[in-house]
Amino acid sequence: METAGQSLTLLALFLPFLAACVAPSLARAFGHNAAWILAAVPAFLFIHFAGFVPLVAEGGHASGGYDWIPSLGARFSWYLDGLSITFALLISGIGTLIVLYSGGYLKGHEHQGRFFSFILMFMGAMQGLVVADSFLTLFVFWELTSITSFLLIGFDHRREASRRAAIQALIVTGAGGLSLLAGLLLVWSVTGIGDLGTLLASGDVMRESPFYIAALLLLLGGAFTKSAQVPFHFWLPNAMEAPTPVSAYLHSATMVKAGVYLVMRLNPAFGETIAWETILPIFGGATLLTGGLLAVRQTDLKLMLAYTTVASLGLLVMLTGFGSDKAIEAAVLYLIAHSLFKGALFMVAGTIDHEAGTRDVTKLGGLRTAMPITFATALVAAVSMGGLPPLFGFLAKEEIYAALGFADSWTTVLTLVAIGGNALMFAIGFAVALKPFLGAKVETPKHAHEGPVLLWIGPATLGLVGLGAAIFSSWSHEHLTDPMASAVAGTAVHAHISLVPHIGLPLYLSLVTVAVGIAIYVGLAGFRAAVASVLSTIGWGPDRGFDQLVRGTIRVARVVTAFFQHGHMDRYMTATFLVIAAALLVTPAMYGEFPDWPAMPKLPFYEWVVLLIAVIGLWSVLAASNRLTAIVSLGIQGFAVALIFALMGAPDLAFTQFMVETLSVVILALVMTRLRLSPADHRPVGERTVDAVIAAACGIGFGLFLLRVTQGAFDDTLPRFFAEYSYAIAHGRNIVNVILVDFRGLDTLGEIAVVMIAGLAVLALIRIRLRSGDEAAPEPGKGG
Amino acid sequence: METAFSALVGIFFAVAVYLLLSKHIIRILLGTAILSNAVNLLIFTAGRLTREVPPIIPDHLAVPEETIANPLPQALVLTAIVISFSLFAFLLVLTYRAYQELGTDDTEEMRVAEPVDDGLPPMGY
Amino acid sequence: MRTLIFRTMAPYLTSLMVLFSVFVLLRGHNEPGGGFIGGLIAASAFAIYGIACGVSPVRRALYFHPMSISGFGLFIAAVSGALSMFGAVPFMTGLWTEASILGVTVDLSTPLVFDIGVYLVVLGSLTSIALALEEREED
Repeated sequence: METAGQSLTLLALFLPFLAACVAPSLARAFGHNAAWILAAVPAFLFIHFAGFVPLVAEGGHASGGYDWIPSLGARFSWYLDGLSITFALLISGIGTLIVLYSGGYLKGHEHQGRFFSFILMFMGAMQGLVVADSFLTLFVFWELTSITSFLLIGFDHRREASRRAAIQALIVTGAGGLSLLAGLLLVWSVTGIGDLGTLLASGDVMRESPFYIAALLLLLGGAFTKSAQVPFHFWLPNAMEAPTPVSAYLHSATMVKAGVYLVMRLNPAFGETIAWETILPIFGGATLLTGGLLAVRQTDLKLMLAYTTVASLGLLVMLTGFGSDKAIEAAVLYLIAHSLFKGALFMVAGTIDHEAGTRDVTKLGGLRTAMPITFATALVAAVSMGGLPPLFGFLAKEEIYAALGFADSWTTVLTLVAIGGNALMFAIGFAVALKPFLGAKVETPKHAHEGPVLLWIGPATLGLVGLGAAIFSSWSHEHLTDPMASAVAGTAVHAHISLVPHIGLPLYLSLVTVAVGIAIYVGLAGFRAAVASVLSTIGWGPDRGFDQLVRGTIRVARVVTAFFQHGHMDRYMTATFLVIAAALLVTPAMYGEFPDWPAMPKLPFYEWVVLLIAVIGLWSVLAASNRLTAIVSLGIQGFAVALIFALMGAPDLAFTQFMVETLSVVILALVMTRLRLSPADHRPVGERTVDAVIAAACGIGFGLFLLRVTQGAFDDTLPRFFAEYSYAIAHGRNIVNVILVDFRGLDTLGEIAVVMIAGLAVLALIRIRLRSGDEAAPEPGKGG
Repeated sequence: METAFSALVGIFFAVAVYLLLSKHIIRILLGTAILSNAVNLLIFTAGRLTREVPPIIPDHLAVPEETIANPLPQALVLTAIVISFSLFAFLLVLTYRAYQELGTDDTEEMRVAEPVDDGLPPMGY
Repeated sequence: MRTLIFRTMAPYLTSLMVLFSVFVLLRGHNEPGGGFIGGLIAASAFAIYGIACGVSPVRRALYFHPMSISGFGLFIAAVSGALSMFGAVPFMTGLWTEASILGVTVDLSTPLVFDIGVYLVVLGSLTSIALALEEREED
């Protein structure tokens, strides 16, 4: 049973990737209706993970896995507890609705199949990320979400804005991924623990480590970039260049929460320290206010929502960092509520865009009669976002205020920040849900009417789930909220919040929030102008900083390239041979490995003559000032080498060298007669001297090297082996030939392949010439 | 004997390098031809020199009775000679074609692959 | 270079050299010689023929394109190594057999086939290079 469950979970983790492979063919066969088939995949995942709910509701967890790289101890493993399961259910549940929605949204798009494929791949990556146990699995899936997000943001790759947003997201989240990797490796090397399950059970081992701060900062670097915390928030609004289903799914409900997931996951092992409870609330609070204020400035529905997503992520990080059981309970409630209402609102914004042809809130109005269902779902989502009963968002907000309060000055500041952020989100939520639908009818680029079922089923379902979860709060607490909050807190936590009114501080704070929110909503236009003028006075933001960084990198790269690859062939050569000469002369000088001074060699007279011929040949190559001299001198030194081989007991070599020199002279003559170039030296004297010094250094280096080699002891194992076995086992008396065709035949096979390739290359070079010659004579000085 | 050959190999290398450092492709070409001879001689000498006894087993024996020349460097050098000739032929044709297309034999003026000033790469995304 | 004497002599010289190259190739296992040297001699022979009588007679005489010969050589060299598969021994293990041709006992072996492959590759590639360059001479 255990193994059956294991392999089913493994299948569930890989199924989205398999579905991604067949998605394009399905889309080709069934058009947009392929969505109905493909939605079965996340639906299956949802059912599979829902099967674990009873287990985690009792406070248990399931884990499993397979060896991945056994030699490194790396495993592909998963760990299912309340946190993982809630995330997995959100991902697969919303994923089902998003697949259906994109079936309607991209109906008739030529690359709809590709889109399905990308979004399923992303879903698989995200699913793997939240259930991962081993660090390696976690990191691989983390990076996969960055890559699939890049593909989805850049889906409309013909627009530069899309490409820029995609690259920006990839660079920011990719850099964060590296930081995460470093952090995980640090944790692994400090504690020797390589998986989350063991780390969570290991108590204070990380908190007591001297590397705690370093590991924490590295891991938070990953989490903050992924979850768009200030100052890395800028990539998220730009990612709205993606098609709306992507914005709804990746950039509000799931991927951007990966950072929050990581922070929550690490809370039992890293939390409850001064650093944790300072860094997280500060960054989270700053992100909450920045996101809220920047949202006010926007008029594009999607951008307004995007900035409130930034704000919400900030709120979640702030609450997790605050660290009390109630705060974690609040964070969990808000995370679930946010996924539901923000996903729905994004889909509503997409539907309006799809049906009316614009997303600009100032150009929309009076759509309530044309799009009643969309209006209703928008309203439900906005009520939840505003934190009003009877929706899940209300529970979340009450719990937030219950957790914060005015206990001390630090808490008071956070409470004020939360009120400000929530009020801003309240105003934006209703601006998105009401402004396009109420008021006088405004002419839109397209004649607006209700979208098809594929477009409204998603947001409507999410709205209903939000309503149901709030009404049956005791059930949802028991099965989702409590297990998740317990997993985050590391101890059992129980939520008691419900829709039943309870008079107290949280309710008063909620009323204050609503009042401020309504005020902002009423004065939205004036507020927008004020924020815009402040921002234009500042004139610089991290988004422009990103551009400057990219351009600066390109400029630096060009300077570096120009320095190393300057295009001067002779300087490349000079550098190469300088290094060779240094290696040959400096190394033996350092290790005292210069050869002994040799005695004057005693050679027979005729050998001296051959050596002299070779040197004369070389000298006349150097001094040659016309073609014929050069060819003949080259031949002389070559034949001298052949003679040396003949004298030294190598008839095969002598013969080969002799034939090769003949052929060389022939082809050299054939080409040189047509080149009409003088082989004389054209270098100025100074340059010649420098080159001569380098050349002499190289020559002396090689000479000394060879002398040192020949002065050393000679290991004759191989020559003896070949002499003994050449006839005995290879039936050949010419040992050289036996080595070539038998002992080292594979080498020879490779070498004749090289000869043949050289032949083909020569032929190709000449053929290209013939063809281009047919069409037009190439201009001199230009490449052919 | 090895001492004299070490000196000769040194001279071969010096001449080859001096030619390769030139800016003119003809001289560079000649340099590569000499460089391959230099390397072949280096390998040959490093395997020790034996006069006039080729590594061939006489007809009536299974194993050579006297000291023979080291066969291994011979086998290595033999293929190296043929391959360096193929390379030389290729370089020769390449030189010839480059001269035809570019109208120069000066490597300083052969700037198709690495233009003198190709400006900044595109700054967009 | 196309003197009358050279042109008259060239076909005979070429035939002799090609014959010699085959001789060098076949004796290569026991005496100085072998595929590389044989191939070089044959390639020089065709190069000389090309210089003397022009390229097209050489191409006609060869019948196949030199690079095809080269490719065929590489092919049989590789196949000779693969033959050892049937003996259930590692790639390129030499296999030997004796055959009686016209009453003379001849050793046949996979290294011999391999050496013939080497011969054909060197002959084909170098002839191709030489002929290609000589062809440029004519236009």
